[in-house]
Amino acid sequence: MNEGASTKMRDQASDSLRAQTLSCVRGDKLLFRDLNFALAPGQAGLVTGSNGVGKSSLLRLIAGLLEPFSGSIHKPAATALCDDRMALDENLSLQHALRFWARLDGQSENDCTAAIAAAGMDHLAEVPIRYFSTGQRQRARLARTFLSHANLWLLDEPANGLDKASVILLGQTLQTHLDRGGMILAASHIALPITFDLNLELATIEQLETPL
Amino acid sequence: MMGVLKSLIWRDVRQSYSSGGTWLPVIFYLSVATLFPFAVGPDRDLLFQTGGGILWIAALLATLLPLDRLVQPDLDNGLYDQLLVRGITDELIAFARLISHWLAFGPPLLFAALLASGLMGLEGPPLVTLLASLAIATPALAGLAVMIAALTAGLKGAGALGGLLLVPLAIPLLIFGAGSLADQSGSALLFLSAVSLLLVAITPFAAGAALKAVRE
Repeated sequence: MNEGASTKMRDQASDSLRAQTLSCVRGDKLLFRDLNFALAPGQAGLVTGSNGVGKSSLLRLIAGLLEPFSGSIHKPAATALCDDRMALDENLSLQHALRFWARLDGQSENDCTAAIAAAGMDHLAEVPIRYFSTGQRQRARLARTFLSHANLWLLDEPANGLDKASVILLGQTLQTHLDRGGMILAASHIALPITFDLNLELATIEQLETPL
Repeated sequence: MMGVLKSLIWRDVRQSYSSGGTWLPVIFYLSVATLFPFAVGPDRDLLFQTGGGILWIAALLATLLPLDRLVQPDLDNGLYDQLLVRGITDELIAFARLISHWLAFGPPLLFAALLASGLMGLEGPPLVTLLASLAIATPALAGLAVMIAALTAGLKGAGALGGLLLVPLAIPLLIFGAGSLADQSGSALLFLSAVSLLLVAITPFAAGAALKAVRE
């Protein structure tokens, strides 16, 4: 599908993301079928398509949270997922709540501070998460993702609720990640200020009429 | 893996002690023990005869109180998804939950039982037996709570369903646990230990499978 990507990939096959003949069924509905794509280190992919077409399911599939109906996924050892849920303790301050993930991911206190700075939240580090606004909550989710230092970032609508300045800041962090040889697969309706090497457009599949 | 386990357990234990949720079963337990003498009268012999059994039933009911806080909030919060993305299995998550729940549930309940037995006039060997039987059973009660919480996660009316599920599953514990109070040979305690071990051993797998099913 992506020739350039697949040649580069052979060099660092273990660090790349590769999906082959991937199909996903949710409930009785076939969301997508025979999806093939690859991302090499330093590449970013954008998943587009209308609501309910299976963008989030694709990201969850790659994250390993759903079983593919068919096909295979090859991904780097460490993956980070940023979806619409916090996974942070609401009663703790951001700095304190991120510490839990820092410990699990083997990161230091300084990495926490750096991740908070990358999300533009220095002034909110000591504020309990339950007081955050929509945009601030989204930035907290992003901070958690930045903190993981995983190679592959799966971002589900990462710019939701962000103001313009925050989107630009997000773009800078994403670019730094790509420059370091990281990979990004994002589903977003809001234009992200990075160049995507791959565009996956998911389309609704005609559902087969099942005989009664 | 040990580090992950320690982080998870520490997080849960800290959360349940700081939210005060830990003391709810304790207060409930003490309320039952306080109300019971009002209901049956202050007859010392009667209280001594029935007190142990009542404290056992109160322990079962106290198990129900934290059910809705065990799995659902973390599931809604996306915590489990984030752990799974990091390669931590459902079984390990359930195992950590079992240990952390027992740490927040077992010791306070034993402490409450000690206080409550004073209200029932229990002392001497019966008191020791009661505390021993509860100490053996609390890991199993914590296991049952985690299993039921995982099974009913995401369902409407999970609380009521949890109560219905716990009663039949806890019968072996109640029979051998309350039975140990009258049993001189000590075999009831051994049976109780066996049941408790079995429930603790299946908890990570049963609750892990339930967590897996809820994700689909």
